Parts: sequence; C-alpha cells; structure tokens
Amino acid sequence: MEVLLVITTILVILPLLIIIYHVVTNGISALNWDLFTEELGSPSRAMQGRPTGLIHTMFGTLVVDFLALAIAVPVGIGAGIMLAEYPEHKLNPLLRIMNDTLNGMPAILKGLFAFALIVKPMGTFSGFAGGVALSFVMIPIIARTTESALMSIPWTIREAGLAIGLPRWRVVLSTVVPAAKTGLVTGILIGFARAAGEAAPLLFTSFGNNYLPNSWIGFLLNPVDTLPQRLYSLAISPYAEWHSMGWAAAIVLLGFVICCFIAARFATREKFNVS
Amino acid sequence: MARNDQQADSQMDLKKSPSALYHWLGDRIFSSLSVTLGITIILLALGMAWVLFAEGAAALREFGFFGFLTGTTWDPAVQLQFGTWPFLFGTLITSGAALAISIFPAIAVAIFSAEYAPRWLSAIIDNLVQLIAAIPSVVIGIWGIFVLAPWLRDTIYMPVYLWAEASMPALLPLLGNPIGYGMATATIVLSLMIVPYTTALTKDAIRSVPVAQREASRALGATRWEVIRMAVLPYARSGIMAGAILSLGRAIGETMAVAMLIGNKNTLPFSIFGAGATMPSVIVNEFREAVENLHVSSLMAIGFVLFILALVINLIAAYITRKLSISGGQTI
Amino acid sequence: MSNTHSQEPGVRITNLHTRPMNVRMETKNLTVTYGETIGVDNISIPIENKKVTALIGPSGCGKSTFLRALNRMHDLTRAARVSGEVLLDGEDIYAPDVNPVLIRRKIGMVFQKPTPFPTMSIFDNVVAGLKLVGIRDKKNLKETCERALTNAALFNEVKDRLGDPGVSLSGGQQQRLSIARALAVDPEVLLMDEPTSSLDPQATSRIEELIHTLKDQVTIVVITHNMQQAARVSDRTAFFFEGSLVEMGETQSLFTNPREKRTEEYITGRFG
Repeated sequence: MEVLLVITTILVILPLLIIIYHVVTNGISALNWDLFTEELGSPSRAMQGRPTGLIHTMFGTLVVDFLALAIAVPVGIGAGIMLAEYPEHKLNPLLRIMNDTLNGMPAILKGLFAFALIVKPMGTFSGFAGGVALSFVMIPIIARTTESALMSIPWTIREAGLAIGLPRWRVVLSTVVPAAKTGLVTGILIGFARAAGEAAPLLFTSFGNNYLPNSWIGFLLNPVDTLPQRLYSLAISPYAEWHSMGWAAAIVLLGFVICCFIAARFATREKFNVS
Repeated sequence: MARNDQQADSQMDLKKSPSALYHWLGDRIFSSLSVTLGITIILLALGMAWVLFAEGAAALREFGFFGFLTGTTWDPAVQLQFGTWPFLFGTLITSGAALAISIFPAIAVAIFSAEYAPRWLSAIIDNLVQLIAAIPSVVIGIWGIFVLAPWLRDTIYMPVYLWAEASMPALLPLLGNPIGYGMATATIVLSLMIVPYTTALTKDAIRSVPVAQREASRALGATRWEVIRMAVLPYARSGIMAGAILSLGRAIGETMAVAMLIGNKNTLPFSIFGAGATMPSVIVNEFREAVENLHVSSLMAIGFVLFILALVINLIAAYITRKLSISGGQTI
Repeated sequence: MSNTHSQEPGVRITNLHTRPMNVRMETKNLTVTYGETIGVDNISIPIENKKVTALIGPSGCGKSTFLRALNRMHDLTRAARVSGEVLLDGEDIYAPDVNPVLIRRKIGMVFQKPTPFPTMSIFDNVVAGLKLVGIRDKKNLKETCERALTNAALFNEVKDRLGDPGVSLSGGQQQRLSIARALAVDPEVLLMDEPTSSLDPQATSRIEELIHTLKDQVTIVVITHNMQQAARVSDRTAFFFEGSLVEMGETQSLFTNPREKRTEEYITGRFG
C-alpha cells in the first residue's frame, strides 16, 4: 500500500515539475532586454524582427496591482479588525458568510462585476477598472487572513493594554497589530500573489493595450496592458514571435508568484520555532 | 464595547477633559471605520449578485430563466438566440470528470504526507502540492497549448483515434476530433489544478483524528494501513468530502487554462477529444467582442448562473461539514 | 530472597515477595526511554496466568509506559526506545522476527476512555478485529459477536440494537463495548489502562464484576489509580514509583503488610 501511495504522490507532483521546467527553459531563451524597454506594437513589428517588448505591460501591471492593493488592504484589514476585535458585533456572522462567499467566487465574475460597476459608467476600459476588479479578488483573502492573524494573538494582550488605560483603538493599533504583523503581511502577500496571477478579471476591465499611454494618468483612465492578460493574448495569437514572448511573460509571472509563495511560507515558518 | 461606552460616557459627565474625548472619539472613529469597511464587503458580495442578475436580466426576460438555462442554441451572429445548456453541460462534465480523476490521487497524497512520510518529506510534498494551486492559470494555459496538447495528441488521441477508425468506427463520433485542444485536454489540466484543495482539507481532517482512535485500532492488531482504513478515514470523511466539494467549486470557476485548451465550440454535441466549451470559457471568448446588447446580457446571465452554481456548491460543502463532522463543525 | 531495593544502576533486584507458579507473561530488565527521559527502568516481573495483576502508583510513575510495552504499542512512538525482554509463554515478543501486529492480537488492550469507532454500528465495532484477521463469514461473525458481548456483560442490553451506532451507548456501555471488541479476537492476555477512570460508580462496579468473571478466560493486567479497586479486583499487585518497581506481591499481603516504606506511604495516602 505504501508503494502505491508513493507512486501516486510522484504522479501528482511530476506535472508541476514538468510545467516549471518548460516555462523556465522556454522562458529563459525568450528573455531579452527589449522585453523591458520596448512596447508591443502591432504584430508586424515582431514578424519583421523590429524591436518589440512588454515594457508597457510591466508598467501597467505595476499600476493595476498596486491600485488593487491600495483598495484591498484598507478594506480587508478593516473588515478583519471588525471580525477579530469586535467579535460581539451583530453583523459579524453575516460578514463572515459574505466574505467566504466572495472568496469562493470565480475571479471572472469579479471581472464582470467591475465591468458593470466601472467600465460601463466610465464608457471605457481602464487601468482603474482593472485595479478595482483585482481588489475584489484580494479583499476576501486579506480579510480572512487578517482575522486569523489577529485572533491568534491572545486576548490577554488586549486586556493588558486596556488595564493601563489605553483606549480600545490604541490597544488594537499599538499592541495587537504589531504583534500580528507577520501574519498580516503574509496575508497581504498571499492575496497579492493570487490577484497578480489572475487574467480573467482583467480581460473585461483593463482590457489590454499594445502601447504605452501618452501620460501617466493614462494608465488609470485608458485601457492598459497587464502581464496575465497579455500572456493570454500572446499565447492564443497566430504569431510564433508572439508565442515566444508569451513564454517570456510566463517566466516573469511564474518567477514573481514563486517568490511570493516562498516568502509567505518562510514568514509563517519563522513564527513557529518548534517545527 | 457597551461597557466601554458607559464608562466613557460617565467620564465625560464628570469631566469633559481632552483625554476622555481622545478615548471616546478615537474609539468611535476607529470602530466606525472598521465596521464601514466590513460592511463594504457585505455590500460587495450582495452587489455582485445583484449586478450579475440585473445585467443578465434582459436575456433572462427574453428567453425565460429555464428557457435560457436549457436552450441549446447559442447563436450571436444570425438568430440572436442564446441558450446556456451547452456551456452548463460542458462545465458539469469537465468539472465532474476532473473531480473523479483527481479525488483518489489527491487523497492518496494527503494520506502519504500525513501518515507515512517523515516530517521533512511531508513538508516538501505539502509545499509542492500547494504550489500547484499558486501557479497562475494562464501559465498553465500556455504550457498546455504548446506542450501538453501536442503531446496528448501524439501520444494518446491520435493512436486511439486511428485504432478506433480501424477497429471500432462506431466510436468515432464519441471520440471526436483528436487535434489536442478539446474537452479531454481541458479536463486533464483541470484535474491537476484542483488536487491541492482536496489534498489540503483531507490532510487537515486526517490530522484531527484523535490519537485514541488510532491506538484503539492498533491495539486490535491493525497494520498501519488498516488503522488508516478502519479508524482514520471514516472519522475524517466529512473533511475529505468537504475538500472534494471545494475542489468542484474551484473547477467550475476555472477560466483561463480551460479557455485556452478547450477548443471553443459552442454547439452540442461535444465529444471526448473534440472541442467544447464551459461557462467561463465562453465568457472569456466572446465578451470582449460582444456588440449586441442581448449578447452581452446573455453572457452576464451566464455569469449569474455560474454565481448561483458556485454558491450552491459552497453551501453544500458547509452543510456536509456540519452534518457529517464527528467533532461537530470543523471550520474549513 | 532479597527484599531490598538497590539504587545502583545495572544491579536491580526485583522486589518480589513470591514467584507465582504459573507465569504467562514475564518482563526481564524492561527499560523504556523517551530520548533523555527514562519512563520505565529495568523492570523484571512475572504476570500470572488467568489471574488479575494490578499496577498501582502515583501519576507519572511509569505504569502506563510499562503496560504499553507489553503489547509493543511503543513501536508507534518515534522517540521511544525499548530494551530488555517481554516474554509471552517464554518467547520474547520483541525478538527481531516477531510481527508486532500478531502480538497485538494475542495481547489486547482497553483504554481509559472508551473508543468505539464512531462510524460503525455496535456489531461492526465488536467484529472490527475479526475482520482484520480475515474472518468474513457472516455466521461466524455473528456468533463471535454474541459471545464477546456476553463475555463483556453487554449482550442483553444491546441484543436488539446491534445495528445502532457504537457511540449511541452510555459511557459504561461503551467501555464494555471496547472490552467486547478486544475479547472478540480471543486474546490470551488483556491489558487494561485505568478502564474505569472515566466512568460513574455504577458503571465502574459493573466493570469490576466483569474483570472478576473474565479472568477465568484471559490473563488480565489492569492499571488503576484507585487502591480500593486494586484491592477489590486483583490477585497480585505491583507498586511502581518513578519508573521503578518498588514492590510486588499478592494483593492481600501487599496491602495489609507492605514491606517497603514507600509502599506503605502510598497505600495510606501520604502521597500520590
């Protein structure tokens, strides 16, 4: 029986290693400096061998992802604080259910939601809509991990703070949050990594762009290119040159996600000295 | 909270000192802020359901809810007829098959990690399995397009198709076009992607089986595997089932890898190797180009159906956890 | 015969009043360690056939550790090291070619907290051990189940509801179910680790009666922290303290006339 279990485990893990292998080997050979300095332009650029790259994608991704963070971190942590620090609040059971529901919803639906909420009224696809869509992906994760991190701090710490006369809000901000900061940051990291890999919500919100915008504000107000969405477009395009750029995009995205994964694992392992 | 208010109020009555204000106002602002942010989430969840419904209402009104759900014609070009059944069918088949393929391997990995492997190996296995879930769907998609699909075509689909052509031609319609991009490939990729969810919950459930149960089983003369079969797995079954249902929930919502590998055919019948579609895949394929309002509305309505389906699955998982759990409601 | 308790390592003389005629199990220099900690230190005692041997002593004195060495339960604990011999009918159960799984069928164990398998019916619980041995014949299972439940003094109470879940019984009944389960595989020795600790007085006395009737069929070793119970149910008693055997002898004489001061102090409640 043990042999069967070992074989099965190997069969499950093998595809992962194969995927990583192919992404790395194909991606490395496709990486070049142009990737980080040139825009994509039309397909003819690549086909004719003229310089082409994904710099607009990289910037777009940064803008959209950090906008999403800026929205999701306050909301997620605020909700997490509500759940953990005010456990008696009547809305908490509902909040938990709603948060779990939101968490379990496919990301594509969050994209459709952001489309109706932002793109339609604005009349255009935009980086702003993309950021909002990704924040919908991040928020439930951050709320859940925040609650969990804060709850892991013993109640006695709060009592100690109150006993020396601190108001409740100071107790939370000055004693509980610092104690939980590893868990909080890890939660944000996990949410960020999840959202950074999502393409579906961006297809209907930031939409994509083959060029850099004319001004910085253009990242927010106009359609914008992001790495996951661009990877999708490149992969399904009929141009071999774009396919190889797709592998380059894949290795960048994969590398980023794996770094976040390792960082999150490392952080949570450090908390527990007895393994 | 109430007690603090009372204390603070009486402090305010006694002396309206700045520090009392600092306490009271600070607490008020802080709690209001937290609650507002918490309420935002509630509003988001409700808002999403509402918006999907409202945007899809036009289509639902046009075809009737059940008409829309069961209609088999999806024609944005000529007839402007939108029936979701092909995509609902595609979703159910691919997700169901993916669950069926992945469930036993996923449980086996959890058992090996929890019961047999030494701690260092267990940690490595767990991390690698969770890494599967962390890989972005588009990355798996591009790998699928350029590596997996051609390999499957050459190693499995074509040989089987050629064999059927020679020996059992009646099977051909069932097999379909073996070019590599289709239902089978999408299902295979899907089954890999959902393994981590079953494995994680199964491992948690296994680890929460009390030592006393294992000891009682051992004392009867059970081998390590017999202990697992007799005492551990039955006790853990609610957790295992919850993991499986959670995996199903993820499978139905999986978008990019499926959209990139499923071949995108909107009309039934689907075949094993041949192209097909799922609810998320058709939305991805058509939304950006959809022009007709009815088309957009229909895609939104599919989103609403997907929402309902995901909600139902999550509720079932929660119900199973509560009903079947022996120690009474282990939280997922 | 030496009655003194030597403190020198390596030279330990078991403080044994008399050696029984008919020895079923015996330990020779049995030592169990967990890493740096010594759980049980150089114990050599006999277990008399078809009699009840009680192990008493304060918490943490090693009686549970000792008991678990008798059916190789320490095999499951990574940090535990067992040295010495445990003989069943003269054969060392720790010999390299011995299969511990088979040992545990010959030497059964009942625990402090009753542990019926919650997903199984009463019937399935009782025959769980039989199925491990490969017995599937329905008639055989039924008969054995009935016999085991009768021997455990539970049959009459459950005979009409063998299909009910094992956990639907009361605490005392669950413990008798656990005993029935252990008896069903027809063990030669039954080890009981504080079997009545978690039960009410009525259930406790039923189990004590049961032990009394069972000893005609099985050799019993029972741990108890209740000295009155030891006095009531056992034929021989061993007193453990901090991992060592202090004294062992016939129950009556140990309790009325203990030879060691520490035994006397424990029995009269001065510590423990």
